[in-house]
Amino acid sequence: MRSRLRGQIQQLLAFASLIAIVVFFSVANDRFLTWANVTGILLAATVTGLLALGTTFVIITGGIDLSIGTGMTLSAVMTGVFLTYLGLPLWLGVILAILFGGLLGLINGVNVAVLKIPPFIATLAMMLVAAGLSLVISGTAPIYFKETPDFVRLATGSLIPGIRFPNGVLIFIIVAIIAGVVLKKTLLGRYTFSIGSNEEATELSGVNVTKWKIAIYTFAGLFTGLAGVLLASRLSSAQPALGMGYELEAIAAVVIGGTSLQGGKGSIVGTVIGALIMAVLTNGLRIMSIPQEWQSVAVGAVILIAVYLDILRRKNA
Amino acid sequence: MTPATTTKTALLHLSGVSKGFPGVQALDDVRLELRHGEVLAVVGENGAGKSTLMKLLAGIYTPDAGTFRLNGEEFSIEGPRHAQELGIAIIHQEFNLMPDLTVAQNIFIGREPRSGGVFLDDRALNRSAQELFDRLGLTIDPAERVEHLTVARQQMVEIAKALSFNAKVLIMDEPTAALNDAEVEVLFELIQRFRTPDTGVIYISHRMDELARISDRITVLRDGRYIDTLETATSTVGEVISLMVGRTITGEQRPGQVQRSPDVVLSVAGLSTKKLLKNVGFELHRGEILGFAGLMGAGRTELARAIVGADPIESGRITVDGREVQIGNPAEAARLGIGYLSEDRKRLGVVLEQDVATNIVLSTLPAFTSKVGFMRDGAIIRTARDFIGRLRIKTPSANQLVKNLSGGNQQKVVIAKWLAKDCDILIFDEPTRGIDVGAKDEIYALLEELARQGKSIIMISSELPEVLRMSHRIAVMCEGRLNAVLDNAEATQEIVMDYATRFSAEGTVS
Repeated sequence: MRSRLRGQIQQLLAFASLIAIVVFFSVANDRFLTWANVTGILLAATVTGLLALGTTFVIITGGIDLSIGTGMTLSAVMTGVFLTYLGLPLWLGVILAILFGGLLGLINGVNVAVLKIPPFIATLAMMLVAAGLSLVISGTAPIYFKETPDFVRLATGSLIPGIRFPNGVLIFIIVAIIAGVVLKKTLLGRYTFSIGSNEEATELSGVNVTKWKIAIYTFAGLFTGLAGVLLASRLSSAQPALGMGYELEAIAAVVIGGTSLQGGKGSIVGTVIGALIMAVLTNGLRIMSIPQEWQSVAVGAVILIAVYLDILRRKNA
Repeated sequence: MTPATTTKTALLHLSGVSKGFPGVQALDDVRLELRHGEVLAVVGENGAGKSTLMKLLAGIYTPDAGTFRLNGEEFSIEGPRHAQELGIAIIHQEFNLMPDLTVAQNIFIGREPRSGGVFLDDRALNRSAQELFDRLGLTIDPAERVEHLTVARQQMVEIAKALSFNAKVLIMDEPTAALNDAEVEVLFELIQRFRTPDTGVIYISHRMDELARISDRITVLRDGRYIDTLETATSTVGEVISLMVGRTITGEQRPGQVQRSPDVVLSVAGLSTKKLLKNVGFELHRGEILGFAGLMGAGRTELARAIVGADPIESGRITVDGREVQIGNPAEAARLGIGYLSEDRKRLGVVLEQDVATNIVLSTLPAFTSKVGFMRDGAIIRTARDFIGRLRIKTPSANQLVKNLSGGNQQKVVIAKWLAKDCDILIFDEPTRGIDVGAKDEIYALLEELARQGKSIIMISSELPEVLRMSHRIAVMCEGRLNAVLDNAEATQEIVMDYATRFSAEGTVS
């Protein structure tokens, strides 16, 4: 009983810090709490947020995925290949691009679970491969979506009549709910926690850890694919040189959200809050005309504080 | 298989089981017979092969040879899951729970009930766990996270998990090690409930008093071999112990009568720790080898760690050379001249990927640094060569990587490291573990020579013959208490084993 309460308090703390930051910026600058700015923050949180959702699963197993940033780029380039080069219908091209992200995850999963390459190395290699392939396939030039003008509306259009609420944010909310349900309510989620908590014991309990690890990395890859699609839609183009660095922002969001890099602990709600904290910080500092260099310093400091607070909590637990 | 051979079929029958690892034959032609409805105790010293046998039955190891029969039918175990499906449930010595999952999630891992084929049904999960606990008479909240349970309750969860498989054969490896008396009663009740004409229990334990209470027969293993099986009702503790230890040590192998120096270099009084140690006190004399015997978990390593400040002390006094000291960490211990050589040599003793010279001077590096901060490589090599010669470390050069050395020579590198630090009190934890027989003698000779030179040595060892052969005096521990300190002349394997298995009557309530 006590432990469940404690878990809720942890989540409340993260949420309270988010509220505190929002209140701070609202008071400091009256342009912060406008509808346009808020949806802007949400849209900015979408891409890193999607990457963070997938990575949450990988990190709870005790692994790490460095390939999500450039994997996202490669998925965006593949969206261009499917829609512009091959002229496939919009829906098919999008689905194929998402599945392509899954394929990248599958390869990561096989490297980690079957070949036993440490996750850091396996996904570092994939990060470089994906970065290179993006440039090779696109010929180092952006791909524009001339054949499918509607593609742009996927992220920035608004389905809800009368309100300017970007579809990208709507998609993020839906996907986050799906991720939360999968993590809490399905076998994949249960084994994600189990493997991160004690991999050997999970194996001894008769669970096929190799198979499930591959499944988890593949599942995480689908989020990378979707992030690539939404990024391309938001920018109305597939930018082959973008993407490096996104993986660290996503991992930072996961960590701020209270997911342990040691594995076994974490939540989707935490990751969403983490992604929002990152987006609010960046946006708020920019609105207050703090130079970009200092924004980076602030985000770094926030990561240190968040993780140290987590260590303190654990010690007292 | 001819039907004629199965007049009286055993529930589980093993024969000719062998299993070797590089350098050790862990099991050699072992047999075992578990009858229907019985509790069969399996006993043996540390390293007798009990754990290996259990891991074979759990499907963790595959045997090199041997036949397994369940109700007369031959079978082989393909993996942990297969063992469960066959009805063999094992409670391992080290816990196999996922601390971040709840009790119910742990019990039904791999068999989660699902609603609609996709979603986990945690309510059904908790209900099943609750039913299981009701059946077993346990009061544990199925929704509690395992990391928040006491060790004893975690043990109960393990047992409940094993029983939830409708197992026919239940194997328990030292199940009472972490339990207090009341909890042991609950456990015994569980065993009695489990025992039916269709089922059987294999019970591994060191506690003689328990065996008498719970077991029907006792099978003794020694050095990986089957020795004998006794009816519990008609055998004595002494019989079992003498079968367990078997070998006798001849007089010549014992250390000669040493004139013990009257100087006490290390004195420990009333030492207790929160976890295990209870009021331990002893004295170590100059030039003495003081052996520490006891079963696994008796608290010998914990005592060593407490002395060198690696673990916190709750109460007690430590005196070095007549001065009372407070030791906060192993570095302070080393400054006082106390070196602790861990049993986990590869992980805590040497840096495998570095060369011999670097390892030897590792803890004295500041002394090998010039005023401007450069390493004095020449001096390092000279010192290393000196120790290589003195300790007869077999290595092609001082620049050889330690990982390429044999276990015995790695151990010598560790010893050299502490000697380089001018330690006069050396605590060896299992100094010959993982070292082959020939090299053991060299380590023994080295320890004796060090003692003659005036170093004082504490030697923790789980091998009784080794303790008897090396030690001038023998301290015997059990459950964190020091049960006896014997002079070598009065010690026999039987006497030491007797003290090592004298568990306190009132149990340990923490």
